Amino acid sequence: MTPFAIETETLSRIYKMRGSKKEKEIRKELVALDNVNLNVERGELFGLLGPNGAGKTTLIKVLTTLLAPSTGKARVAGFDVVEEARKVRPLINMVSGGESSGYGLLTVRENLWMFSQFYGVPSKVAYQRIDELLKRVGIFDRRHTKSSDLSTGLRQKMNIVRGFMTNPDVLFLDEPTLGLDVGASREVRGLIREWLDEDKARTLLLTTHYMVEADELCDRVAIINQGRVLACDTPLALKQRLQKDAIFEVETTPLNGLKAQTIEDLPEVRNATATEHDGGATLELILVEEGALGGVINVLNQKNVRIMKLNKREPTLEDVFVDLVGKSMADVEQAGSNE
Amino acid sequence: MANIPVSGSRRRAEPVEASEAWRSFRFAAWLGWQITSNWTDPLLFAIYSVIRPVARAAILVIMYGVITGNNFTDPLFPYIFLGNAFYTYVFSIMNGVSWAVIDDREHYKTLKYMYIAPIRIPAYLLGRGVAGFLTASLSVVITILAGVLFLHVTFDPLHADWLLFSLTMVIGVVMLALMGLVLGAISLLIVRHSGFIAESVSGVLFLFSGAIYPLDVLPIWLQPVGYAMPITYWLELVRRSLIGDVAQAFTTLARFTNLELLGILVGLSAVFGVASIFTFRVCDRRARERGLIDRTTNY
Ligand SMILES: Nc1ncnc2c1ncn2[C@@H]1O[C@H](COP(=O)(O)OP(=O)(O)O)[C@@H](O)[C@H]1O
Ligand SMILES: [Mg+2]
Repeated sequence: MTPFAIETETLSRIYKMRGSKKEKEIRKELVALDNVNLNVERGELFGLLGPNGAGKTTLIKVLTTLLAPSTGKARVAGFDVVEEARKVRPLINMVSGGESSGYGLLTVRENLWMFSQFYGVPSKVAYQRIDELLKRVGIFDRRHTKSSDLSTGLRQKMNIVRGFMTNPDVLFLDEPTLGLDVGASREVRGLIREWLDEDKARTLLLTTHYMVEADELCDRVAIINQGRVLACDTPLALKQRLQKDAIFEVETTPLNGLKAQTIEDLPEVRNATATEHDGGATLELILVEEGALGGVINVLNQKNVRIMKLNKREPTLEDVFVDLVGKSMADVEQAGSNE
Repeated sequence: MANIPVSGSRRRAEPVEASEAWRSFRFAAWLGWQITSNWTDPLLFAIYSVIRPVARAAILVIMYGVITGNNFTDPLFPYIFLGNAFYTYVFSIMNGVSWAVIDDREHYKTLKYMYIAPIRIPAYLLGRGVAGFLTASLSVVITILAGVLFLHVTFDPLHADWLLFSLTMVIGVVMLALMGLVLGAISLLIVRHSGFIAESVSGVLFLFSGAIYPLDVLPIWLQPVGYAMPITYWLELVRRSLIGDVAQAFTTLARFTNLELLGILVGLSAVFGVASIFTFRVCDRRARERGLIDRTTNY
């Protein structure tokens, strides 16, 4: 028995998109997963961190047997997701955030009970688990409400209960807190951590594009962009890669046409991003060492840009992402939506 | 290889259920019935499952009366009436099974959760068709009752061959459900505009099934379609079992005995059944390859 709950080996997924009838010959191909090699150990809370369109959902779909990989292999709970899909399914469950699924005409409890029956959980055990979980996410008092009468957030909580309820070996949560308010997100994160701590054989893979969620919650994080895993380690180790670097946040007056690229081209500046806003701009600088700041200040002076505020800070996973990709996650998403 | 423990180091809390297929079917039937019987307006339900089929039957009877000069003793009359009434099953069952794919994917957004659950999807879809069978049964019983009471239909329950009828119904229902599975499989691959697939298909098949006119009426080159369809033999057997002599007097399939008809029905149903399971597998695999299982109209 391998110690891994999830293993992928040179896993790729290409979406073939048919263009309109006119351009029949031009078939667009989109590489959603590119040669992904990941091993997640039993008992781990593993996070996939990446911007929208990075391929996180695609990876979850492959791992949950919903989508065939184009090439490569994946094993979940010891079984191949293509060849042994039927052995994988009793051992897993999955919840997607940011959507409201469920049979609106059934009550919360009926919805959940029905799904438990598809997993063969005896009704009595199922009701116990359902009620306990409903209490933990704070919707026990709504258990007899038709799910169509729930707000999107509460429906999502119901859906989250559906995932935990079958007591899976490996649970997949695709952006579990997407669309939830701050309080509800905190509750869900609490549940995730507790659920894993209760039984060391449980494994949970979640995707997120919230840096803080990945940082605070996950044992290990894989940073993914454009279908490629760029780094995979504990949040601490990922940030320590930048420990020697100096990270500065600089508030300035308007940049007067100065480009971030010009700053990045300076020696010992690893990365520079600029966001302009009313009456000024914010520069995020990752410097190989603090001394490089002198060169940046010189360039700013030449363009008559004045520094309003200068702040040195600890590296975050966002910085790690910027260091790896050269752009912030927000910029990547922006670029993606403009295509 | 076969001896490797299934769930790894941890013992499962749940006992392994004897039959995955049975629980898929059973709870799908429960769900289907919840959805079907969830008419917020009982009047709407009455119109849909009672008034509509009875009205359709009445129109048919009136048209028949006009054309034949009210010759209700001709064996053609009960032939048409019963054919029309029982054809209700064709749409209801096929639609019940295949509509579940569209409904779960587009409306409830649960199809992917069904797919990752340890169930058999074909059994699940067939289960969802049970509600269609039940509502169709209600329509058929009421239509026949209305026919006997108000629409000149003569039917004597004491002279019916109930054994043959039951056998025919069991085979017919299974056959129709498997045909529904084919439509469900096709719906998996068609993301948009697949809502009316069962309606269109059952509409087209109506022409070739000998439901309200004998197959000899069709142009000679179209007749083989009718003869190749199990529905044709199913309807004929339903009629013969209920109104034996009258139906047998009818020429189209008169050369066959009941047993021969039953044999043909079983044979054709088996062929269609195997084909439908094969089709389902192919479509299912393609849907996974193309990422269509959770594809809503967003893309
Ligand atoms: N069914 C599909 N057909 C074509 N392209 C798709 C499909 N699903 C996802 N994509 C594309 O694949 C890429 C990865 O998508 P996804 O896995 O959903 O990313 P994420 O979950 O990280 O936001 C995106 O560019 C997306 O547009
Ligand atoms: Mg996603």
